[in-house]
Amino acid sequence: MSGVAVRAGLFEQTDAGVTLLGDRCRTCDAHQFPRAGICTLCGAPDPVPVQLAATGTLWAWTWVTAPPPGYDGPVPYGFGVVELPEGLRVITRLVLDPDVAPTVGQPMRAVLDTVGTDPESGHDLVSWAFSPLDASVGL
Amino acid sequence: MTTSEVVVAGVGIHPFGRFGDRTATDLGVVAARAALAEAGVTAREQIGITFCGTAYGGVASGHRVMSALARSGGPIVDVEAGCASGAAALMLAASAIRSGQHETVLVLGLEKMPAGVIRSSFFAPWQEQAGLTPAPAYFALRAQRLMATAQLTTRDLATVVVKNRANGVANPDAMFRTAVTVDEVLASRLICPPLHLFMLCSPNAGAAAVVLRRARPDDAGAGSVRLRAAALRSHLPGDVLGEATPLSGLAVDDIPAASTLAATAAYEEAGLGPDDLDLVECQDTDAARELLAYEELGLCGPGECGRLLRDGTTAPNGALPVNVSGGLLSKGEPLGASALGQVVELVRQLRGEAGARQVDGARVALAHTVGRGANASVTILTR
Ligand SMILES: [Zn+2]
Repeated sequence: MSGVAVRAGLFEQTDAGVTLLGDRCRTCDAHQFPRAGICTLCGAPDPVPVQLAATGTLWAWTWVTAPPPGYDGPVPYGFGVVELPEGLRVITRLVLDPDVAPTVGQPMRAVLDTVGTDPESGHDLVSWAFSPLDASVGL
Repeated sequence: MTTSEVVVAGVGIHPFGRFGDRTATDLGVVAARAALAEAGVTAREQIGITFCGTAYGGVASGHRVMSALARSGGPIVDVEAGCASGAAALMLAASAIRSGQHETVLVLGLEKMPAGVIRSSFFAPWQEQAGLTPAPAYFALRAQRLMATAQLTTRDLATVVVKNRANGVANPDAMFRTAVTVDEVLASRLICPPLHLFMLCSPNAGAAAVVLRRARPDDAGAGSVRLRAAALRSHLPGDVLGEATPLSGLAVDDIPAASTLAATAAYEEAGLGPDDLDLVECQDTDAARELLAYEELGLCGPGECGRLLRDGTTAPNGALPVNVSGGLLSKGEPLGASALGQVVELVRQLRGEAGARQVDGARVALAHTVGRGANASVTILTR
């Protein structure tokens, strides 16, 4: 999927798929997303930039049926939390089949999702999302 | 009663609802005038300081009200703490009296919310563009997790709405004054599963005011309502579905919520505990939020909130009625006014002036708000 990222530095597309870009704290060892200059858990400076795991499990899900303020992309869209093996829970869009009810705990993988059109370039505006690992939707 | 104690000398409210062209200032004037009259405050010199809670009111919201009342001159300070703005103003007012700096303090809460979905400056523009800021979806995810940990059904969520809307029928200051059934709630539009339209409170307009005064020797005999605690807390880091709405959190479930921090502080400040309470007004932004509050405020143990609802404990005739005012589900939510609206209700209950909503023999009452920031407040009043 080509397009403009909603913001630089949030995710990367590699041969292995899409991964979110996070940090690991040198002091408390906690991971965080997105990257920040300090650990937002303990306040220690200069956390180590890491690529987060490309797969995780679904922790919570819902559907957004009306566009929230400032959002021009398609609705409805899935929305939820995916738990990554680093011990991190991430807020995420979900690319789901509307006819298949998701299950908490099911394996998920990071994908890219079109969230609108970049007003400057006219290209798709792209954000990260998670999709069921065994589904063919998304990337 | 010692002189460091704080009593409620007067309360006033403008009904919560939608009032066309009437400004937040107009509503605030109505509430403030009523509270000042009840407190017997007739001169500007009697008002030591005014704190005005508002989230969307804009610059000098408190000044506009006091100007309209010809009661400016003293210090006037606007306070923003999201859904807890009014309670934050109350906390500062109580401190101003306890410190000995002021004898009488006016606390205002006012708001005129934009209709429909509320845009806030809380999120970065890219988060909005990416669709990562849907408030009802956050409520829905929190509801789904609570349903799993507390074995709740969507019928339980609907039952909260039925309870609160039935309570609101008797409240002339509420926006919705019609009862609904479980079937009607579940038939209302599905906004973000598991939450249906009727399970979500409506942003609206309103104002409330409270005059606090340093206790005098004759207050005990007069049965004055005492403000025993006004606690405000923010979130601890790491809770992915906390009201601070971070983009990530830790895969742990034992991070104390801001509401729990506020409740713990308030119980300590008051020297009282959950077992002492006679009634509670809590944040029912959505139906699940009320049930989560039962647990966060220590009204029951973890996973037990459904029992309090199903066995009627929190019904108006139960052992611990919750949201006898109708809650935000009936009143609607004018952010800056909602916390003081709760206080007005509880003061009337403690005075025995709540009419058809009266909880017999109410002597200890708790008010709770929580919202974006995160901010959480817990206020305890006694008679
Ligand atoms: Zn750290």
